[in-house]
Amino acid sequence: MREAAPLLRAEGLVRRYAMRRGAFGRSVEVRAVAGVSLTVERGRTLGLVGESGCGKSTTGRLVLGMEAPDAGSVAFEGKPLPSPGSAAWRAQRARMQMVFQDPLGALDRRLPVGAQIAEPLEIHGIGGKAERAARVEALLGAVGLRADQAMRYPHELSGGQRQRAVLARALATEPALLVCDEPISALDVSIQAQVMNLLVDLQAQFGMGVLFVSHDLRAVRQVSHRVAVMYLGQIVEEGEPDAVLHDPAHPYSRALVSAIPHPGRAGQRMVLQGDPPNPADRPSGCAFHPRCPVASALCAREAPVLKPRPDGRLVACHVAQGEAAPGQGILAKAA
Amino acid sequence: MPAGVVTGAPLVAIRGLRVAFDGQPALRGIDLDVAPGEAVGLVGESGCGKSVTWLAALGLLPARAAIAGQVRLGETELLGAPATTLEKVRGGRVAMIFQDPASSLNPVHRIGRQITEALALHRGITGGAARSEARRLLDQVGIPDAGRRLDAYPHELSGGQNQRVMIAIALAGRPELLVADEPTTALDVTIQAQILALLQQLRRETGMALVLISHDLGVVAETCERVCVMYAGRIVEEAPTARLFAAPAHPYTRGLLGALPPMDGPRRRLSAIPGGVPEPWAMPPGCAFAPRCPHRIGPCDGAVPSDAMLATGHRAACIRATVAPLLAEAAE
Amino acid sequence: MLRFLLGRIGRAALTIAMVVTFAFVVLRLSGDPAQIIMGADAPPEAVDAFRTAWGLDQPVWVQYFHYFGAILSGDLGRSMRDGRDALVLVTERIPATLALTLPALLIKIGLGIPAGIYAALHRNSLADRIVMVVAVAGFTVPSFVLGLLLVLVFAVQLGWLPSGGQEGWRHAILPVITLGLGGAAVLARFTRSAMLEVLGQPYIRTASAKGVPWRAVVTRHALPNAAIPTVTIIGFMVGSLIAGAVVVESVFSWPGVGRLLVVAVANRDLAVVQCILLLVATTMVCANLVVDLLYGLLDPRLRSAPRRAGA
Repeated sequence: MREAAPLLRAEGLVRRYAMRRGAFGRSVEVRAVAGVSLTVERGRTLGLVGESGCGKSTTGRLVLGMEAPDAGSVAFEGKPLPSPGSAAWRAQRARMQMVFQDPLGALDRRLPVGAQIAEPLEIHGIGGKAERAARVEALLGAVGLRADQAMRYPHELSGGQRQRAVLARALATEPALLVCDEPISALDVSIQAQVMNLLVDLQAQFGMGVLFVSHDLRAVRQVSHRVAVMYLGQIVEEGEPDAVLHDPAHPYSRALVSAIPHPGRAGQRMVLQGDPPNPADRPSGCAFHPRCPVASALCAREAPVLKPRPDGRLVACHVAQGEAAPGQGILAKAA
Repeated sequence: MPAGVVTGAPLVAIRGLRVAFDGQPALRGIDLDVAPGEAVGLVGESGCGKSVTWLAALGLLPARAAIAGQVRLGETELLGAPATTLEKVRGGRVAMIFQDPASSLNPVHRIGRQITEALALHRGITGGAARSEARRLLDQVGIPDAGRRLDAYPHELSGGQNQRVMIAIALAGRPELLVADEPTTALDVTIQAQILALLQQLRRETGMALVLISHDLGVVAETCERVCVMYAGRIVEEAPTARLFAAPAHPYTRGLLGALPPMDGPRRRLSAIPGGVPEPWAMPPGCAFAPRCPHRIGPCDGAVPSDAMLATGHRAACIRATVAPLLAEAAE
Repeated sequence: MLRFLLGRIGRAALTIAMVVTFAFVVLRLSGDPAQIIMGADAPPEAVDAFRTAWGLDQPVWVQYFHYFGAILSGDLGRSMRDGRDALVLVTERIPATLALTLPALLIKIGLGIPAGIYAALHRNSLADRIVMVVAVAGFTVPSFVLGLLLVLVFAVQLGWLPSGGQEGWRHAILPVITLGLGGAAVLARFTRSAMLEVLGQPYIRTASAKGVPWRAVVTRHALPNAAIPTVTIIGFMVGSLIAGAVVVESVFSWPGVGRLLVVAVANRDLAVVQCILLLVATTMVCANLVVDLLYGLLDPRLRSAPRRAGA
């Protein structure tokens, strides 16, 4: 069943930015992504969850080759990504597509959506005029839009319909990989459900692999086969969605799960103290230790590595791996 | 009529509140009571009028909004009240916090000044006394190192801390009611949990009532005793929280609950509500939800449905709501 | 902070040097000053002698370095017309120009800002529309047209005021109004849009929701924020106190720096033109520097470092 090379494999991705602090300040180096390895299998979905600033969107852009990593490598269908801007890179665009949070921003306001769905076909020279028209109609049908809506401009569609049009455009070239960056967070609850259903249906129909980047664990569980939890530029836990949701191994995953507001929820919530730290001011050892309720002395000294537990779950935590006894937490040094 | 189980005099009583912008209706008749000390949730999707209800009640809408109906705070009628009356109420008896804490605070004023301004207005405290009270308030909302933070500017704080400052400003006037308009929507989940816990704690400490406006049923469910579901400018269902989640009567409420991805159990297709919210200029003649409703029958399009009382404190604006248990079974 | 200031001053000096260089090059390319000053039918020997006397026979780059060296030692050259020190020639005209531009600046600020604020606070009212129509008119009508119109009405038709010259304060009234109205229009439009932008911000709603009376919402919360972009425009106006009256001085034959510039350009009086340009560039750049520093004072976001980063 398993093929030799997965659809997408990223190894040790690092992305640094220079950030200026204030108008008079010096620039500080920020590691937005600090060593991320992940795999997306054909026809499967990897959900990438984390809070704002954790580097999940940057990771999405890195695996698509829209940004070059400072370290690490990305292999697509077993081959390294061609360098950005080259002809091979452009040809590969057809095989990997991205869907963003804001569908209105992703669409060209001056063109009817039908023309925008046809555009990738023209760019990559796929089919003749009649074939393209038929393909656009088929795509519109696949995403649940009517054929006559091809003539509509983006502002004439609702938010949900726009995201459908964006999905149709992304799927036009039959990509093998779709990276969705917060594709539903700008939409209303009832429309979110429509788009999640659609994404699952389209995957069944087209068989693309999906990297689903989201802050919403519920949504990630709904559409993903595996889930990776990111904190401050690193994956801290990875496993089956139900396993991570029902029995989170990393204390940060536990806090995330416990924070999900939830009708009829029983039991006490685990409320994390403080704000997520500034990536420019990364804590020593385990980046989570200043907020961690079970941190011990080892956690402040040594960064844990992401490695499998006996049950197969990947966790980067000294306590969850049994390398340290659960502590009482370590108070962050006064800033 | 509200279905609330308010026995004593309500703190706020809203009757037949209607708002239109440039002739387009945004609110189409809201009846709502808030009892002293209770927590009411207002849930609905964007454009349903949940925020407009409270902006209208406090006179915070722009002049082009046409407002009709009644909003009584105790014995005071707020709609059409003179500016001086409204200014005493706002930030005094009724405080309000908003969605985006970073842009809701004035960027050129220090945090301390923004709190003491409210103290001067509503409690007549100024100078050093105001500053130490502001510090106590920052302590109360859980801002570490409150003394130093008084001199910080909003951009020097995180989103969660800014929302705490907003809450401190709200508390400055010792309100009887805090209206929180999507207070956690712009925040990360773990920070959202902190803010919700803080609101709960403050309600216990101060005994103020809370109106929580949110698009997130989960957020409201955890925080509120009673929930009103709004759709297209009307309250379509109102019930005690536990009952609303156990026995939702309006098809829209059921649709919203079905659209929420479950946390456990087998992964099933979400029961997404088809279509979208009607535009204000193309409001259906009858029930506004009818075009998207799986249980629609002929009479649904005839007239706007009136409230059906289903139980104490449980009303739904649906002509088929009386047979809700049957429908619920059919939907299983 | 010191680093920031030094950097800004360095950049300002560079800007001035570039203006000076540009003026030097353009003036040398646009005609032979010797021929123009001596007249078309002057004997060639006389023209040559003039060239040698002013160093115009040397290669352009040698002239340039001479010129630059002289500026650095504080010598801005002499007028080729009468041999007087160019700097003295220019500075003795400055009071006359300021006599027009300073009162005009007061009109701009005193009329433009209140009108803009009023229009923003009463958006779409009759007053707003009137202010905007007047502002657009003042914005689009060139100052020489406005000046001539005023002369036509108040000097020629009504005979209330003199049409030109500099024999007393009555002579200044029309040029000051001409200058002031145009600037007031610009400032009114700018203030109005800055105010409208600020009034739409969530923190204004927060202030109202706190129970702050509307008047205080405007003065305490809206104005300090709207002032931030408006300072740019005022800074520009302050910067053009010396150079901003060229057209109006010509229309009203007012003997200020602007008229001197027009005459000097026509005569190819190189040192005088360059001296004026240097002065203008310096005031502009200084005004900009002050605006930058004011920004930091008005907007705390530019003052200190953000403690949190977005990724």
